[in-house]
Amino acid sequence: MPSLFATTREFSGITFVDLSGRISLGDGSALLRKTVRDLLDEGRVKIVLNLGDVNYIDSSGIGELVSGFTAVRNRGGELKLLNLTKKVNDLLQLTKLFTVFEVYNDESSAVGSFNK
Amino acid sequence: MAPDTKHLEVTLDTHVESVNLAEEMCVRVAEAVGFNEDECYRIGMSVREGVINAFHYGNQEKPEKKIHLAIDLTDERMVIHVMDEGKGFRLTDVPDPLAEENLLSTSGRGIFLMKAFMDAFDVLPGRTGGAEIVMSKRLPLLGSPSNNGDGKAPSSGATPHQEA
Repeated sequence: MPSLFATTREFSGITFVDLSGRISLGDGSALLRKTVRDLLDEGRVKIVLNLGDVNYIDSSGIGELVSGFTAVRNRGGELKLLNLTKKVNDLLQLTKLFTVFEVYNDESSAVGSFNK
Repeated sequence: MAPDTKHLEVTLDTHVESVNLAEEMCVRVAEAVGFNEDECYRIGMSVREGVINAFHYGNQEKPEKKIHLAIDLTDERMVIHVMDEGKGFRLTDVPDPLAEENLLSTSGRGIFLMKAFMDAFDVLPGRTGGAEIVMSKRLPLLGSPSNNGDGKAPSSGATPHQEA
């Protein structure tokens, strides 16, 4: 069984990616990479990763989040995070990535942030 | 090794699945000796990162090389050893992932996480020619709610491991 599932949806020109499972070495990290790359290939550069159902991320998954962030930024877009679980929140605090990513707790705030 | 130390050792293939297997095995042992859910998560993550390190950096993902995982349970500690068959490395050569210039690096956080999540962490020259990661966590006190973790961030002076 895949360790990660991803579904995408559009709202106000923003692509939400709803992720559930584990973003870890192997198919989880690979799926996240492919999802972000596919969106960029389609010209979608306003991306919100909804991590509300992601209960585990390892260093490989963290690396993939950073890779996605950089890839989107290099295309002139933005990649933001939504609904972090406690474990993921703690991990981003520990690794200082809270200083890199914009993180939101609700979708309307995430949407609004693209219009500033 | 002290006579009352319980020892478990497995040899793993250099394969992604070994990462999950090692994590699951160590979490089961951690649960069995009474670590709480948070501590089991930290131990599992540390083992995972240690085996990823051996798989990717130590053995360079070469299938002919092996990863050696060992667990020692003493009266006081759960000690985990992860050995690869690579060239070895020195902790002082590992870049600080919290440095401004490394924050956007896509790798290099595994050692940091192991230091953060375990009580003691060190890297030694391995018996198998590569690196041997040695990390340990103090066992929960009997009768306590087994919450002996403080979720501390790592310090630059991690306590070197003392073999039981």
